[in-house]
Amino acid sequence: MADDTQLADPPRDVIAPGYTFGSITDQIAAVVLTKRTPVFWMACFSVGFGLLLLFLWAVAMLLAKGVGIWGIRTPVMWGFAITNFVWWIGIGHAGTLISAILLLLNQRWRNSINRFAEAMTLFAVACAGMFPLLHLGRPWLFYWLFPLPNSMGVMPNFRSPLVWDVFAVSTYATVSLLFWYVGLMPDLATLRDRAGNRIARLVYGVMALGWRGSARHWSVYETASLLLAGLATPLVLSVHTVVSFDFTIAIVPGWHSTFFPPYFVAGAIYSGFAMVLALAIPVRSVYGLQGLITGKHLENAAKVMLATGLIVAYAYILETFTAWYSGDVFEQAAIWHRMTGPYAFSYWALITCNILLPQALWFKRVRTSPVALFISSIFVLVGMWLERYVIIVSSLAQDFMNSSWGIFHATRWDWATYLGTIGMFLFLFFLFIRLLPMISIFEVRTLLPQAKVEKESRP
Amino acid sequence: MTTPIYGLMAEFDSPTALVRAARAAREKGYRKLDAYSPFPIEDLSGALDLHKNKLPLIVLAGGIAGLIAGYLLQYFVTVWYYPINIAGRPLHSWPSYVVIAFETTILFAALSAVLGLLALCGLPMPYHPVFNAPRFALASRNRFFLCIESRDPLFDRAQTGEFLLTLDPKEVSEVAH
Repeated sequence: MADDTQLADPPRDVIAPGYTFGSITDQIAAVVLTKRTPVFWMACFSVGFGLLLLFLWAVAMLLAKGVGIWGIRTPVMWGFAITNFVWWIGIGHAGTLISAILLLLNQRWRNSINRFAEAMTLFAVACAGMFPLLHLGRPWLFYWLFPLPNSMGVMPNFRSPLVWDVFAVSTYATVSLLFWYVGLMPDLATLRDRAGNRIARLVYGVMALGWRGSARHWSVYETASLLLAGLATPLVLSVHTVVSFDFTIAIVPGWHSTFFPPYFVAGAIYSGFAMVLALAIPVRSVYGLQGLITGKHLENAAKVMLATGLIVAYAYILETFTAWYSGDVFEQAAIWHRMTGPYAFSYWALITCNILLPQALWFKRVRTSPVALFISSIFVLVGMWLERYVIIVSSLAQDFMNSSWGIFHATRWDWATYLGTIGMFLFLFFLFIRLLPMISIFEVRTLLPQAKVEKESRP
Repeated sequence: MTTPIYGLMAEFDSPTALVRAARAAREKGYRKLDAYSPFPIEDLSGALDLHKNKLPLIVLAGGIAGLIAGYLLQYFVTVWYYPINIAGRPLHSWPSYVVIAFETTILFAALSAVLGLLALCGLPMPYHPVFNAPRFALASRNRFFLCIESRDPLFDRAQTGEFLLTLDPKEVSEVAH
């Protein structure tokens, strides 16, 4: 039955016609194995590297002077640090969604974009991890977060969502790395077999662990991929749920709400798909990969963005409704302050970026235009950052007692650290596309019609 | 007497030809054989009669171990090693253990999936005789290989070679040890 539908409608739109096993291999491997580096790569890498240096400078200042160089003052002690943490972690979630959930749902279009989306996850989690770490004030004591026996005889409090977060995020980073590496193994073997340079052959060979494509190995490998996908799926949902627990378990007005977990997960996928589009659109045109990352991929990603964006819109409406309906004056005041208070500009900007503008994605003309998609994905990324900023800062700035209110102003070091992690992300991402295959070669081979074994009519 | 070899390797240019050849070799009675392909081919498991692997069991065991370890860690710390009374709640506050126990379950299960994969495949393996086959580098590009190993009781250098040639391969070559 499934075979019949396959034959009736070959996956022509997830891969351009005319590709062969050899040409797929050559095209993707050539990006890595060539000596020629495109100017686009140099430019993006330079921007990333420059901002990474800014990050190192900001961190050095932070270590020398303390977290006071940031704008965090009582009562807004979370400020940019936690905003950026939640934003980056959320961006990472699309990678796991594409690699794990879409694998379980048998969505074959994921095969061409899962590799770089997973890399995006890893680097986004690395950037996210920087913020709670630096926000500790004394980052060199970070290991106090783990239950390690120590001479002070103290232990972390396992009833605190902040400790849950440590476990959730470190598990997420580890599992994402494992999943990514397992996916890379067969492609590293391809690079080993194709590299002309001795050193490259040695390095890729060591990393491929001696993969030889044996049928016995492939059968275990397929089981392992499915199991890892099955494990990563609940994990990714749990991670942003736990991140939302950082807020909901507290009683701060505007935070203490049961719909935060699904709202945060949807927002995470929303911003993550925006980042996938923002990366895929320029990269595919520079490297001429339009035949592998086709318009179909961009359109599907846009549809996911539209759907999750509507869930986020529903959450905003529900948030306002619940505050009104609860009859709780503090909840009502918190929402009212968001809409009309000192952060009103950010609030309405986020509504514009996250809800109003992305409605353009209803139109097929927008979804099929890479430029329009790129612009809308940038808007969504900005909007989702503003959303976290408004949730965190406006709730903390004006809570129960007028006497303890205080307004947050970001300092130049807040901005330097934030822009610095964007630099770190670009730096790592462009190193990745230069050194490793950015599209999963072996999975794209399976998209070809000739990869299907013809059934012989056995007597 | 020539030097012993690892086996004979036949090269094919499509997955269909490989599956057909593997099936034919099994029917002929060969048992020590393996196929090499640039991507997973589901039909090969049937053609080579590969048994279900034990990986799901390994992962289940890892997950259960992670669950128990995560729960006991929290129980040990909050009840016995470092008890803190928070608002008079019981020390064994199991609902708040759920998140960390869940995360350690996933962590241990994922680690056992990857380590189990490597263990069942015998990787990392820096040297393997099949890499001596002259055109084997193409097994990671666009060619499909079937290797009948010399430890198979039916293996005979001349006869097996002739048999492989009947399967319509691109090339048949000897694989040195």
